[in-house]
Amino acid sequence: MSLLLENVRKSYREPNGNRLPVLGISRYELARGEQAALVGSSGGGKTTLLNVISGILAPDSGQVVIDGKDIAPLPEVVRDRFRAAKIGFVFQTFNLLPAFTALENVLLGMSFSGRAIDRPFAISLLERVGLEQRLDHTPQRMSVGEQQRVSVARSLANKPALLLADEPTANVDPANQDLILNLIRDTCEENNVTLLMVTHAMEVANTFDRLDKLADFNDPQADFQGAAS
Amino acid sequence: MNLLSIAWKSVKQRKVASLLTALSVALGVMLMVVVLVIAGAVDGAFNQRSIAYDLIIGAKGSDLQLVLSSVYRVQPPIANLPYMYLEQLRNDRRIETAIPLAFGDFTKPEHGGFPIVGTTNEYFLNEYTPGKMFEVADQEGTRQLNELYDAVIGSQVARKNGWKVGDKFTIVHGSADSEDVHDEMFTVVSVLRQTGTPNDRSVFLNLEAVYILDGHQKPIDEVETRLKDFYGNDRERLDIALGQMEELKKSRAKGQEIGDESMGYGLDTPDAMKEVTAVFVKTREVFDAISLQSQLKNGSKAMAVNPIRPIRRLMQDVVGHIQKALMVLTGMIIAVSGISIFVSIYNSMSDRRREIGIMRALGARRTSVFSIILAESTVLCIGGGMMGWLIGHGLSVAFAPYVSALTGLLLDGWALNPWEFVLFPVLLVLGALVGFLPAMTAYRTNVADALSS
Repeated sequence: MSLLLENVRKSYREPNGNRLPVLGISRYELARGEQAALVGSSGGGKTTLLNVISGILAPDSGQVVIDGKDIAPLPEVVRDRFRAAKIGFVFQTFNLLPAFTALENVLLGMSFSGRAIDRPFAISLLERVGLEQRLDHTPQRMSVGEQQRVSVARSLANKPALLLADEPTANVDPANQDLILNLIRDTCEENNVTLLMVTHAMEVANTFDRLDKLADFNDPQADFQGAAS
Repeated sequence: MNLLSIAWKSVKQRKVASLLTALSVALGVMLMVVVLVIAGAVDGAFNQRSIAYDLIIGAKGSDLQLVLSSVYRVQPPIANLPYMYLEQLRNDRRIETAIPLAFGDFTKPEHGGFPIVGTTNEYFLNEYTPGKMFEVADQEGTRQLNELYDAVIGSQVARKNGWKVGDKFTIVHGSADSEDVHDEMFTVVSVLRQTGTPNDRSVFLNLEAVYILDGHQKPIDEVETRLKDFYGNDRERLDIALGQMEELKKSRAKGQEIGDESMGYGLDTPDAMKEVTAVFVKTREVFDAISLQSQLKNGSKAMAVNPIRPIRRLMQDVVGHIQKALMVLTGMIIAVSGISIFVSIYNSMSDRRREIGIMRALGARRTSVFSIILAESTVLCIGGGMMGWLIGHGLSVAFAPYVSALTGLLLDGWALNPWEFVLFPVLLVLGALVGFLPAMTAYRTNVADALSS
């Protein structure tokens, strides 16, 4: 098992002091190397779910097991280190750091993991996404499609067990959409990385063997029997 | 990539803002370095390095005035001592060297109004400051003060007037702006090389010449009164002195005044009639200086002053305060530039919120982003400091000749002041202080919010 969510709740405190429940997931799992598309309505909790899985947010209760380790009860600093080592992120807006070159953006992903910097591996990842000629280019000097490819390379820099992609093709033109999508899926498959991709585009979602609708397994108001409150 | 290189990337990304903030630190540090270099030169000119003698003996009065008048030549002398007393000192077994100096005249105002010092060649054969001997400019005809109207001039005097060996000049009596010009014409026989001491702006004459200049001889009865006052109960010496004065009176009564118009009229001046303003003394042992000083303190009309003490006092009381004020001022400039770093980084934080969110999403810990911001402010502080340090010393080296020509101060542009060793740790702390608040902002950044912004 690569990802297991069990009895996960997450709510936000509203300005008036009330709590707004966003997630209520009794069980959700992905096997190692499995690829799934996740669809859902806007404001339905997709981004919150990715943040909880990645450890950016701690759930109010429940278990978030990644690669056999429950990260929910861990202190933030340990979750940070775990995220750097085990989880890759591809963002809708690429989120490359503008001052850094393509290669440095990939190396940056490695530098927070606590592992030794593997420069040849970083270069090989950029070669894999077709950017061997763009190693020293900063994001401003790259096209949107190239930036997203750097983002994909960066997400795989630490050889993660799980890759979270948040609408990675939403900001790229149709020509690049398939390219990015195939790139993510192929590299995940090559490296046996579990993939959970959030998308609004049904044409993207329909290319996945597994298509999950958040509303099907998320009930923010649910009362889990035996779950810790 | 370590945190420092990530911080450096960020500094480079905001090139203009970074350069301006670093420059503001550089300006403060540069000013501080220049102040320290000048302070070092002033300190060197006003402390024990300025004179290589153990004691200065002069008429009783203010010890500071004695030092300022005899060493620095910036104050009128207190009073004179009988020349016979110099002989007395030379016979003292505790004294190794006793060099007489007589002051009171100046070069003409249009020649700079430099002080005239009557002395002997011995003055130039001794160190002017510990370990340093006088050197003379390599000019044809250079010699010692052999003739009565010979003159040795300091480097600044030579530069100001364009004088060289063989040039002639006259001097004025009493004060630098006096119009009472002595008739005697003096000839430059040596030009001293720059020493960075008041010797550079002094003109040295043969001591014997000072006694024969018109107006320098006091009336005989006044001299007798002064001798009686000085020697008091020392009947033996007083009798010798008064005996010489009686001889003089007799010879003058017979019209036997020695000298002529070209050589002056004081060649018959007996030792009892001559005076010196100060005597520079080197003792054989350190204890001898203390013993002599203590002896003169009780009952003598002369006093012996350790030249270091009054000057140290002056440095602490006046110059020290000015230096401190300048240091505080430059310190404030550095502090203000530190605030500009704070403002620059703090203002950039809202733009960088997303970057911080990205780094956190990639696994950077809160302490990592905190350290990156702190490293950034420290890099700006230290980088600016190094830039200012180099510029400050560079300017000091470049302008040293001009400052020297203008003031006589010998600037050593690369001389390191102990304060400079404190400077960089202080900048390190300043960098950490000004970076703390922006770093805390980074530390507290909510990743989920930052990524969705």
